[in-house]
Amino acid sequence: MDFSKRIVLHYPPSLTEKPIVYQLVKKYDIMFNILRARFSVEGEGMLLLELTGRKGNLAKSLKYLKEIGVKTEFVSQDIVRLERKCVHCGICSMVCPTAAFSINVPEMTVKLEPSRCIGCEECVKVCPYDAIKVFFL
Amino acid sequence: MQKTIEEINKKIKQGRAVVCTAEEIIDVVKESGLKNAVKKVDVVTTGTFGPMCSSGAFLNLGHTKPKMKISKASLNGVEVFCGVAAADLYIGATQISQDDPANAIYPGSFKYGGGHLIEDLVAKKTIKIRAFSYGTDEYPRKEFFGKFTIDDINDTFLFNPRNCYQNYNVAVNLGKEKIYTYLGVLKPRMGNANYCSAGQLSPLLNDPEYRTIGIGTRIFLGGGIGYVAWNGTQHDPSAPRNEKNVPRSGAGTIAVIGDLKQMKPAWLRGTSIVGYGVSLTVGIGIPIPILDEDILKYTCITDKDIVAPVIDYSSDYPQATGRIVTEIDYASLKSGLITIKKKKVPTFPISSYPKALEIANILKSWIKKGGFFLTNPVAPLPGKESDIKFHPFKGKYK
Repeated sequence: MDFSKRIVLHYPPSLTEKPIVYQLVKKYDIMFNILRARFSVEGEGMLLLELTGRKGNLAKSLKYLKEIGVKTEFVSQDIVRLERKCVHCGICSMVCPTAAFSINVPEMTVKLEPSRCIGCEECVKVCPYDAIKVFFL
Repeated sequence: MQKTIEEINKKIKQGRAVVCTAEEIIDVVKESGLKNAVKKVDVVTTGTFGPMCSSGAFLNLGHTKPKMKISKASLNGVEVFCGVAAADLYIGATQISQDDPANAIYPGSFKYGGGHLIEDLVAKKTIKIRAFSYGTDEYPRKEFFGKFTIDDINDTFLFNPRNCYQNYNVAVNLGKEKIYTYLGVLKPRMGNANYCSAGQLSPLLNDPEYRTIGIGTRIFLGGGIGYVAWNGTQHDPSAPRNEKNVPRSGAGTIAVIGDLKQMKPAWLRGTSIVGYGVSLTVGIGIPIPILDEDILKYTCITDKDIVAPVIDYSSDYPQATGRIVTEIDYASLKSGLITIKKKKVPTFPISSYPKALEIANILKSWIKKGGFFLTNPVAPLPGKESDIKFHPFKGKYK
């Protein structure tokens, strides 16, 4: 059975020109989908991937990445809704490209599914009440 | 069956009043019928919680020594209106910070402004003031920099010239570019439709002819007690209505007033609207006394009965053409997906229905506990037969 995980990869400059994702496919039979990618002027890289594969292979992939010096983190840990500030209006759901934020019908409360979040921060920009924080460690 | 406010207040005092929210009353009447329900139910509570521009607060600082006739001032970097009296100021909810780049870097994020200032004031945070004057013989001071909290000043009351729209536009974007409006982000080619009303919970939709809500009506305002002060600006009671007496456009509005010192920051929220500016999200709840069957019947309004105009905010709204794309009911809007001209359009709310319901329930508990009494209006709001009509600018352009 296949599992999917959304992870953020942080590359040091020495690794940005290496075909790392290719190795994941080749070595561990991982299917990947690039959700976001960014490189700084200093050459550090950030890649947000959805990895799909067997559970054991996913674990091996993460171990491999760690060994070669790529820092990884799960995206789901990074989005925080501040309950004390959120009024459940629904404006975040209007810009969310992956429906991580959605509206419960009929009670009309706003639901957050952190595992769907790709960390694009569109919601952070439009939240009128400053109630959403996205952290990349 | 006729009841009076006095009779209902007597029951409230005795802790015997039967109170339902505007959501609960729908099923109560469905089950027991209008005739029985009118005997049973005394009050229906409504609620709404959404960004309401045309809000603001007056404050009187108390005189400095020596005295000063303030002619220009900012609080937390937000300019306030000083042309009222020496130490009286008015904070406008949509005033942006003095150094805000606004839409120079489009779309502006508008992180702080009048609405946030009001929230901070109510939250008892320290407010920084910078005030200037030209100086007079009896008010010689020309400059004042200081700090204060809400507890340090004489008076402050919320006075919102236009709140609580009876109904409101649904916004879409028929253009080719994404736009940022006070009704949220609108994706091109009708990528989404945004709406802003508590629907079946909304105060003026539950009393569409303003039979019980009038000038002087005591209400839930910003977490405390407030009053209807006047018909709101742009009040448009003669707007066309459907068979359920629901206006097909904005229609009625109210001006509200209340002591800010007893309000709560949770119900007066500073609001940053990307690309538009700042505003104040206001919590309002209005009790409707069930005096007769007719009044009760109107409180049973459901989202299905409420129809709102869908308007193109890329062109028709800014150009004031008056054109509407179509009309749509609130039950469909709240389902999350509507169909306009064969296109499936996802829908999103701007105002908070869960918070509106919370307000209706808080007001219900206040009344049931005997801590909130109902009022007879001092004067009615202008109704559909009045000659008040909202119109565009009629003066001359040059």
